Formats: sequence, C-alpha cells, structure tokens
Amino acid sequence: MEYVNPEGLRLDGRRPMEMRQLRAEIGAVSGADGSAMFEMGNTKVIAAVYGPREVQHRSQMVNDKALIRCEYTMANFSTGDRTRKPKGDRRSTEISLVIRQTMEACILTHLMPRSQIDIFVQVLQADGGTRSACINAATLALADAGIPMRDLVTSCSSGYLNSTPLLDLNYVEDSAGGPDVTVGILPKLDKVTLLQMDAKLPMDIFENVMQLATEGCKAVANYIREVLIQNTKQLEHRRGV
Amino acid sequence: MRGMEMSLNQTQKLRLQRALELLETLSSGINSNSSVTVADTIPVNQEDGVLKGHGTTELEGEVVATVCGVIERVNKLVYVRTLRARYKPEVGDIIVGRVIEVAPKRWRLEINFSQDAVLMLSSMNLPDGIQRRRTAVDELNMRSIFEDDDVICAEVRDFMRDGSLQLQARSQKYGKLERGQMLTISPYLIKRRKQHFHHLDQYGIDLILGCNGFIWVGEHVETKDNMIEEEPIKPDPQNNKSKTSMSLEEEEQTYTPLETRQNICRIANAIRVLSTLGFSITIDVILDVVDLSISKGLDIHEMLGAEFSVLVAEREAERRNSSTRRKR
Repeated sequence: MEYVNPEGLRLDGRRPMEMRQLRAEIGAVSGADGSAMFEMGNTKVIAAVYGPREVQHRSQMVNDKALIRCEYTMANFSTGDRTRKPKGDRRSTEISLVIRQTMEACILTHLMPRSQIDIFVQVLQADGGTRSACINAATLALADAGIPMRDLVTSCSSGYLNSTPLLDLNYVEDSAGGPDVTVGILPKLDKVTLLQMDAKLPMDIFENVMQLATEGCKAVANYIREVLIQNTKQLEHRRGV
Repeated sequence: MRGMEMSLNQTQKLRLQRALELLETLSSGINSNSSVTVADTIPVNQEDGVLKGHGTTELEGEVVATVCGVIERVNKLVYVRTLRARYKPEVGDIIVGRVIEVAPKRWRLEINFSQDAVLMLSSMNLPDGIQRRRTAVDELNMRSIFEDDDVICAEVRDFMRDGSLQLQARSQKYGKLERGQMLTISPYLIKRRKQHFHHLDQYGIDLILGCNGFIWVGEHVETKDNMIEEEPIKPDPQNNKSKTSMSLEEEEQTYTPLETRQNICRIANAIRVLSTLGFSITIDVILDVVDLSISKGLDIHEMLGAEFSVLVAEREAERRNSSTRRKR
C-alpha cells in the first residue's frame, strides 16, 4: 500500500512534514476546575481537571506533595466499531499511567501538599495520535485550572513509512505496521518527558523521526500558548478593574 | 462561553459580541501586556532586588511564570495573579462553607480550597452563650449545633501547620445559615472589601459574599446579641424540642413569605448571570442587575435565558464606559 505517493502527498493530502489542523477550546466542562477540548485533525479529546482538592482516600495522602490521579477512557462511539469496554482494559490503563507520569513531571506538586489533582481525559473521536492529543488537552486543562507547572507539556507523534519520516500519523497510517514514535516535551526547557515507540527502527532514522516529532511538539506549543494568552486576556477584560 | 448553556440567535450573538468588544477596548489600555502563560519570561528591570512571589520561579537567571495569569508588581515584589484558580485564603477573610464531617472536637468544612477547613468546637459559641470550657457532653452534642451538609459562615483565623485553614465563628453574625440559597462562583470575581455582609432592606434579604466564591442569599435574620446577661437563658429541653418537631403554629410563624422567596431567587439568578459572563460581583452590580430585570418586567426564570444575558452584558459595558469617562 502506498502511503506516500510519488508526488510526495500522503493519503489525506498532507505533505510528509505537515501536521493536521489543530483546534483547542478552553472551558468545555463547566463543572470542572479546569477543562479543555483539543482536536488534531479528526482526533477529538476532552480533558477535565479537578483540584487541588482534599484527598478522598486518606491512606493515599502524601504529606509533602499533591497526589496526581489520571484516567484515560475512550468513548464507546470514538472508534469505527463500538468498543465494549471504555476503561479498565490494558491499553487504557497503560495510557493513563503514561499521562500521569508525564504530567507529574511538570506540575509543581510540592506547592500543594496533602491535596489531590484528578485529570480525566476522554477520547470522543479517535483517528490516530490519541495519546498526544490527550496530553495536549491535559496541559490546557491544567493551565486553565491555575495549577502551577514548570512548563507546558506538548506531544506529537511521527512515523516512518515508504522510507519517509511522516509527522502526525492518522489511524490508517498508524495501523500500517510501521514504527510509531510519540514524543512529549517541555518546549521552553527543551526536555523530553515522554518517548515511546513500537516496532523497530535503525538508530540514524530514529533520530530523524524523533527530531521531526519534537518540531511538531514545538508547533503545538506555540498554538497552545496563543490559545492560553487569549483566554487569559479575555477573562481579565471581562472581569474589569 | 463556559457555563452558558443557552443558544443565542444571530442578533443576540452580534449584540453580545459588540458589548464584549467594547469591554475589551475599555480595559485593554490598562493591562495590555501583563497577561502571561506558563513558562513565559516576566520582564524585570533589575535582576537583583526583585522578590519573586506566587506564580513565579527562577530559570537561568530569568523570572518565569508557572501559571497563566496577570503580572502584578508591588514595589519590588513581582507575582502572577491567577484567574480561575481555587480560593487563596488570607487571615480575616469571611467565608461560607458546607460541613462535610463532624470529627472529634471539630467540624470539617468544604470551602473552595485545596484542603478542607477545620472549625474547632472551641472556636464556636455554645448555644447557651456562656463562656466556659468545652466538656465531653458538649462534644457529644456537637451535632445539635452543626450537622453534616449545613451551610456555615465563618472567618479565617489562621493556617494550621499542614497548610489547611482554621476558622472561627465566635461572633453573632457567623454561624449556621438557614432559609436561603448558597451559590458557587469563581473566587476571582469577588474582591476583598470592607463589607461582605449586606442587608438588603428593600427585599428583606441577607447577602453574604464569601471570599472563597460561595455566596449566601437568604431571608434576613435578626442577629441578636445573647451575650447580654439580662436575657433569660432558655432551658435546654425546650431548645432541643424546637429543632426536631415544631408545632404547626410555630411553623406558620416562621414560614418565609412568597415574596421574600421570589426576591431570593431573583438575586441568586442575577449573581448566576454575572458569573457566567465573567463580570466582577459587587453589591452595586447585583442590585443594578436586579433592577434591570424588574424594570424589563422579566420573570425570574427568564433571567437565565439568552436575552437577559445579552442585556446584562450591554448594561455592564455601558456602566464601565460611563465610569471611565467620568474618571477622565
């Protein structure tokens, strides 16, 4: 199957180094402390953050830090075939753990001791790159909730098909069997917090693919920054003096 | 817009947009460059002699924001004020909270903070008003003072060692709140003022703007000072009976009249509309919105509709416009 045709266009008409269209909306869940909806092309994800609030299970309370809990679910209707078990299956548990570790690395937990921060992420429409979209949505939701962070965390995926590094794979390209590299970075500090890959890649090609994903992350970071600044300005103007 | 569940038709959208744009132009002159997001560098003049306050951290010699918000500078202190975050308590704040748990010698209250607040039994007046040491019998009767899910008004006394708040409710104006509604809004919309207790005579209503974002709107209750020794102290059995089973006549006497209840709902809806639109909430603004709704002859439930939200936005834009013009 040809994933990159001779003219250099992919299946959905993008160039190999082109990302899908990004769209973010802050305040999707009005009852949460912070919430956001993030779209990367056809992948739509909603994130809600509750906290910092009182720890619900006393035994889990940590005396000097905040406890971070994360739950990743996919809505039944998010994939082509209606999924039977939205959470509790291995993939969801793994992705929940991955998102939790990624966000825990950047939240300044020592500023909120003996409290709990809950991050709930749900995939409404899955078209490849759900992990990245979830991390981006969680970053927006945490910033919306006013939780102090070291830096924004942005994430993007990339792959290698038909001897070309491709940025931001969609579902068809992802299920082609080629390698899929997901990178999560702190853009200002220029540090990597998440690096996952399935399948094998030779070392030099891996460097190219990871570099491509990192640049995609930086592009997402610029977009997220703009969205957050605009939201802050809007809230401040409405509030008045 | 967050929390706005109604759909606006085309003209309403245009009117709302115009009102919000006017608000933006009015306030953009003041604070245009001071909004920051996470990991933005904060411009500081001298690197030495700058106190880094809340919401900032140091990175490679630069001051960097850790939250999204607005930069505030006070002399040498630079900090970032967040907007939609949880309540940031200060000693002496008036807050409204809900009892979550009755624990040994204390009540735990939920206020909009990262931990639950604690109201010690010793920080609360006993029902008979005598100043004495709290005994084991008092501890067993804690539920007769406050129970689970009661709404309470109190004041922040200080911070405990683990960071949670300790409250006190020793004055007559604090204590259990009955016959009314509690509303939840974002704390940043309520500014710290001299007066948080408002008695609205023309509606017969008490309004308490808690600094933590919980607002109480209720029927006016006369706060009598029972520290005066001349007042006869009622014996205990009678008090207990009056709480659990009231005779029909007593219930009729303490029945809240319909008009007061309607006023409570009207004021509560006015606060809800203001918080959805994101305007700061002060007593003048609330009364203005209530007057607007009465003058337009709107029903109480219509206040939560699309048309009234647009009207409130236009009114707010007008008010701020005229106040900035007056300042000039």
